[in-house]
Formats: sequence, C-alpha cells, structure tokens
Amino acid sequence: MSRLLLSRRRLIGAGAAGAGGLLLSGCDRLFDNPMFRQTLEGAEHLHQASQRALGRNALAREFGAGDISPVFRANGSRSVADPAYRAHLAQGFAQWSLRVDGLVARPLALPLAALKALPQRPQITRHDCVEGWSAIGQWQGPRLALLLDMARLAPEARYIVFHCADLYRGLPYYESIDLVDAYHPQTILAWGMNGRPLEEAHGAPLRLRVERQLGYKQAKFVTRIEAVSSLQGIHGGQGGYWEDNGAYAWYAGI
Amino acid sequence: MHCEPGVSEAPSGAPQPRGGDLVRRHRLATRLWHWVNAVTLLVLLMSGLMIFNAHPRLYWGEYGANFDQLWLAIGSARSGGHEIGYLRLGHMQWDTSGWLGLWTDPNGGLQRRAFPHWATIPTSYSLAFARIWHLAFAWVLALGLTAYLLWSLLSRHLQRDIHITRAEWSLANLWADLRSHAALRFPTGAEALHYSVFQKIAYAGVLFGLLPMMILTGLAMSPGTDAWAPLLTEVVGGRQSARSLHFLCAWGLVGFFLVHVAMVVLAGPLNELRSITTGWFRLPRERDVREEGA
Repeated sequence: MSRLLLSRRRLIGAGAAGAGGLLLSGCDRLFDNPMFRQTLEGAEHLHQASQRALGRNALAREFGAGDISPVFRANGSRSVADPAYRAHLAQGFAQWSLRVDGLVARPLALPLAALKALPQRPQITRHDCVEGWSAIGQWQGPRLALLLDMARLAPEARYIVFHCADLYRGLPYYESIDLVDAYHPQTILAWGMNGRPLEEAHGAPLRLRVERQLGYKQAKFVTRIEAVSSLQGIHGGQGGYWEDNGAYAWYAGI
Repeated sequence: MHCEPGVSEAPSGAPQPRGGDLVRRHRLATRLWHWVNAVTLLVLLMSGLMIFNAHPRLYWGEYGANFDQLWLAIGSARSGGHEIGYLRLGHMQWDTSGWLGLWTDPNGGLQRRAFPHWATIPTSYSLAFARIWHLAFAWVLALGLTAYLLWSLLSRHLQRDIHITRAEWSLANLWADLRSHAALRFPTGAEALHYSVFQKIAYAGVLFGLLPMMILTGLAMSPGTDAWAPLLTEVVGGRQSARSLHFLCAWGLVGFFLVHVAMVVLAGPLNELRSITTGWFRLPRERDVREEGA
C-alpha cells in the first residue's frame, strides 16, 4: 500500500513538472513583478470606494439570540505571555486601564469599570474570518465614537490605531481603521461576549468590533488607542499586523 | 455560434452560405470576452482553490467553523498506522492521498493542504496572495460579464442567437438534438451558423446562471457588502451557504469547460479556434454525399 502511494505521488510530481507546472510557476513569477502585483493590489481601493459609495453608513446585519454559534472559535493569539498582562488577568483587570492618546486634546486612561459604566451597545453579529469560516456571537461595550468624543479627537486625525497586549509570532499585534469605521454606530470596544466578560482566548479585557470588516481587523487585548494622521511609522507602516507581515489588505470589507 | 447580420439574416433570394464557405461567425465583443474570460476564470478557479485551502470545510447556513456540522471537508488523518488524505462528503469518505489533503510538493515535502500545488495560485500556500489574485480578477469577471450582457442585449445577440424558441423547447427537437450530440453528428452547411438547443441551454446557463451566481455568492461572503446588500446573503441562506454555493458553481463551470473543450476538439479544433480568435469559420461540408454513398 505504501509503495503504491509512493508511486502515485511520484507520478503527480512528474505531472507537476509538466504543463501545469510551467503555467503555475509563470503565475508566481508574474506576481514577483512589482508593477503587476501593485496593479492587482489596487483592487483594494476599488473595494473600499465601491463599498463606501454604496453603503457608507450601512449597518452590519444583527441576529437573534437563537442564531449564536454554539462554540465561537478563537483564532490568532489565544493567550498573552506578557507578565503585566498575566497580573491584570489574575486580578480580573481591576487595576487595568485603557489609554486613549495620540492626536486628541484630552488623553484618557479609562479603567474597565469606567468603560462598563458608559452607555453600552449590545449587538449579535457575525464574525467573518478571512479564511472563510464564520461564527455568530453577542458583543457588548461602549461605542468607540463615544471614547473619541470624550478624548476630543483632533481635526488632523485620520486613523485610529489599536495597540494590543499580545505578540503574534514574536511581533506586537495591532490594527487600524479610518474615521468612517471609527464613528460607525456598530464599532464598539467589547468587554462582554455572549453575556459574560470576554475570555482570554477572545481578547480579554477588550477587543475591537468593527463589524463590516474581516476577523483580522477585530483587534484583541486592546490596551491603547492612538489617533494618528498617517499610518506610516507605526510598526511596518501598513496599518496592521497582517497588513505588515502577511500582505493582507488594510481595507478588509471583502 | 452567432453570425454577422449579413450572414444569418440574408435577405431572401441572396445565396445561402454552403458547406466549405468561410463565414464571419463570432463578433469582436464575443471573441474578446471569450479570451479575457478564459484567462480570468482560470485565475479565479486556481486562486479560489488556494483560498479554500485556508479553511477546507464547507457548511450550510449563516455560521460555520471547526466545531460546527460540515457537509464537505478535505483533510488528512491517521488511518491504520499510516496517514491518508481524504475527501469527506456528509458521511462518506474517500482516500485521496496524493491528490487532496495529503500530497508531495515539487521539493519532495509532504503537504497537508486540501488542493495540491499544481491546482492553486500561488503554488505554495498563501491565503494573502491568493486573495490579491482572486479579488482583482473578480472585478474583471464582474465588469466583463456586465458589459458583455449589455452588449448582447443591445446588439440583439441574445435575441437572435441565445433565445430558445417554443419550437426548440419541443420534446421532439430536444430529443433530436440529444441524439445528434450523442452520435457526435455536428451541424453542417448553413445549419452550422446557429446554435442547437443544447448549446443554447449551456450558454444561457453559464451567462445567466453560473457566472452571475459566482459573482453574487462571492459578494454575499463580503462583510462589507452584507451590510449594504443583506438580501444577497439572506437569499442564499447565509454566508456559509454562499461559500458552499460559490464552491459548487465553480465546479459547475469546470464541468461546462470540460464539455465545451471536448466539443471543440470533436467539432474540429482548428476551425473552432480560428473562429473564436479571428471570427472566421469554415462551414463544415454537407454530409449528404457521403451518406448517400454509404
């Protein structure tokens, strides 16, 4: 059986070296051409422009309690090694606070209790992973817009950057969105999930929900929110961990 | 197989083209769209298979992830002391070692991704690169199809060449066309200027069925589109249903492609390729002489 398997594999190896292989390595080589690749990547601007033109303020669909996934898959970093984070986790984040700074008139340090005391938005939404799977969960937290208003966002601010406590493959995770999404009514900083405080695997104590974009934008373990005028100079400059390290699109509406 | 107005709608009295005549068959818009689409669909299929590799499971409904019930999965598992690649469909499972789920890359490395390197763009695993290919060429497909359908409507291509008349829908005609297809008897002479009923059904199915479904189910998976056009996702039964239908329709197009190419090969590949590239088609000679002689 194993010998049979081997010969079949060898056959496939030989096949790959043939016509298909030629065509494919051609595609890979084409993609190495910066002009070609940039042209393809330009589609991201079409996605953003078309979706903004057709539904700038559209709300993501919300579901009923009966639609919630029985098990919500946790992805990316499921735990955080940072000792300071571990200490906060052990104390139920009682001493923890969220920093809001950058291009704001009034930088903030908001304890978790203060975030919970703000007007809350509960929403049952579908989380769409870039890989293709989806899970529905209920999220609760204050609107990001509220925090930005409290901190008095400066007029030159164009992006909101979310700095996270976790390292993913040794590098700090972060994400960013523009002001259209930052002020969207469903963009919240969730501390609650399915009626309970956020678990570590899902980004305790606070994760971003930006409901009209893919999962990698939903930054977990958010510790600091920074308002900036440009994404250049922040880590790899592409606006997020995966954008810097994985060639994912910054605009993840599709 | 539509033709220039001067050919297909010759005023009565004008000589009908006969077998052996060189005629204009495909107009520029059709030829252009055909070849742009050929490349586009190949890129979309192969980059799509790579995207599937990122999560090689399919579900029905709105949500679906590793803990939920799936209807299709490709993967690898240990079975009786050795590892196999498998394709699972409901409760059925096939050993697909070497092809799906477990295969060897050109460097001899054992890979556990669903679709093998020779079927994907790029050849080695990258969801990000596959998405860049896929989402760029998706625009080419969507804009191309829209433009072509508009042109087909305005140029009366649909009405003249694709529209299936009541007479063509008759059982007798369907049966006759089925028989001539099965016997590989292709139309000759002036008859070869028109599509047969099964050709019309196939092309209409692709133009109005499979290709729009690919685009709509693709859009239905986009969280941004789902916000402004929720109906799209709701109509197909949810994001995971959209993903499943996207996958199934893609294989529907592969099926069309295989039949399409087989027919081209059987009908005379050089003549067919010339007509879809330059527009010029040599009408096959009438069979009567040979048939009478037989």
